[in-house]
Amino acid sequence: MSNLNNQMVNKYRNDFLKEVEANVEEGDWVKMCMQCGVCAGSCPMGPYWDHPPQEIFMMIRAGKREEVLSSTSMWMCTSCYNCIARCPRELPITHIMHGLAHYGKRLGIAPKNQPTLKFSQKFWENLMTNGRVNELKLGITLYFIDGFVQGIKNALAASGIGLGMFKAKRLDPMEILGGHSVKDKSGLKAMIKKAQEIEEARISGNQ
Amino acid sequence: MTDVVATNETILVVGGGVSGMTTALEAAEAGKQVILVEKRPYVGGRITQLYKYFPKLCFPTCGLEINQRRTKQNPNVTVLTMAEVTSLTGSEGNYSATVKISPRYVNENCTACGACEDAVEAEFDNEYNYGLDKHKGAYRPHRMAYPERYVIDPAMIGTADADKAKAACKFDAINLEMQEETVELKVGAVVYATGWRPYDANKIQPYGYDRYKNVITSVEFERMNDPMGPTGGKILRPSDGKEAKDIAFIQCAGSRDRNYLKHCSRICCMATLKQTTYATDADAKSTVYYIDIRAIDRFEDFYQKVQKDENVKFIKSKVANITEDRETGNPILNGVDTEGYNRYATPHELVVLAVGMEPSLDASTLPEGISINEHGFIENDGTNGGIFAAGCASDALDVNRAVQSATACALKAIQVVNRVAGSEG
Repeated sequence: MSNLNNQMVNKYRNDFLKEVEANVEEGDWVKMCMQCGVCAGSCPMGPYWDHPPQEIFMMIRAGKREEVLSSTSMWMCTSCYNCIARCPRELPITHIMHGLAHYGKRLGIAPKNQPTLKFSQKFWENLMTNGRVNELKLGITLYFIDGFVQGIKNALAASGIGLGMFKAKRLDPMEILGGHSVKDKSGLKAMIKKAQEIEEARISGNQ
Repeated sequence: MTDVVATNETILVVGGGVSGMTTALEAAEAGKQVILVEKRPYVGGRITQLYKYFPKLCFPTCGLEINQRRTKQNPNVTVLTMAEVTSLTGSEGNYSATVKISPRYVNENCTACGACEDAVEAEFDNEYNYGLDKHKGAYRPHRMAYPERYVIDPAMIGTADADKAKAACKFDAINLEMQEETVELKVGAVVYATGWRPYDANKIQPYGYDRYKNVITSVEFERMNDPMGPTGGKILRPSDGKEAKDIAFIQCAGSRDRNYLKHCSRICCMATLKQTTYATDADAKSTVYYIDIRAIDRFEDFYQKVQKDENVKFIKSKVANITEDRETGNPILNGVDTEGYNRYATPHELVVLAVGMEPSLDASTLPEGISINEHGFIENDGTNGGIFAAGCASDALDVNRAVQSATACALKAIQVVNRVAGSEG
């Protein structure tokens, strides 16, 4: 954990809600939850969550920092927006879930082997190489995400789909050699770096 | 032609429900001239459709009878039924109202004998019972309807059925030539007592009121429990007509929800608690799904009494959605409760949606500048001149509070016409 993060932890240890309000996307909505439970009941992935959104909101208000940020729950969100559509108080629940997941990741306490987290990381790395998603490489990366042997099995199992996509010109095998990219790669990287600096500065400003 | 005498010392009351009747009677009994305009063919409004009142569980017919008698006996009140105010202009002490009176096709000779009803065949959805049954083309809206006179549905006009009704009447009370009339009234003060309507449950898509027969509204449930109602007082499932023994109540169906009505409708918690006593009386079990029970002020003891009833269970959860077991027709309530975060999918035989109160005011008939809040209720904020809002035209209120508000409005209106009298004389 970085020094900055440690400072944050110390500052807000006794007031997790304030920390969420300051640092999590749309976090200032958390206090508006009236615990009706419609989000939890409406979530199609709900049965697979350890803590449905309604419970996450209550845990935040109860100061259960570690349990919330290291939870796999928010990573289960598929952004279907059912909760936002039905919430009687119009809380942007989907955004808060992604915000919490992101914040847990930033602090380094997000669950290590959560598949969505792993996929998101691979996707980001793939995207940042050239500024464009290299679908061939992304696919191969995902096949081998659980080890070499499983990767071969996955690749063989999906070979029919790959061939079909190739025939339909949806998959370019030449992408394996570097692949297409944005025109100004260094410009994009400078832009992302600047955005990250601004975000760091914003969060350190909350100290 | 309807003969109505009105001056700028007259008080116009728009809406003849319990609020409008109260304002009209209080003002009339204080010696003021009052014109009461009611859209339906009878006065009493939505209280006529209630089986019992909370918290005393007494019958609204009792107070209704008293108010109807007061109306009948007081020469200062002129009641116009089937009448609507279509426009209102002017200022305090000097308003001019346009009132449209729809034809009833039955005159004051009617003795309510019912011969016309027996003679006709056509049937129409019975609005009084929220469409749960039908009424004949010639009908008395309900058994205590005042004025005690039959009504001919306008769709009957020009049919052979209407002629049958006319032929059956021994008192020459049916006049099929009656026309719509418009009268202009000059009045000093106006009290809007336009009341409420149940929120349209079809709009609450996840609860499937439009799809599942055994999902009904609280107002329909109320009609079912009336022994003179469409099911003879039995709680029957619309799908198969069997008595429901396991009933779920869903609170805040349309209220406290930014997707529907933002405001708390205030009466639904108490109405549901009252309705669980109907269920218990019918040997049925009740399950109340709620966000929080708002048994306002002195009604907390009523809530405690219901909590002690073993047949009533409370689950703290706003139901997320309803599905249906096709075989049994049982609605299945899906959600997660707040006390333990347990996921449930519970079937019930009948589901009652405690629908919210929506103001039934048509704001386009009001003069410019009248203060209306974001929920559609009139604000009595002192800038409305001689126009006041009584009962549910001003807020979501129970009968008790509506009558209090109506009495207050009577006093305000009396003050306005007294000022007019002073300036003139």
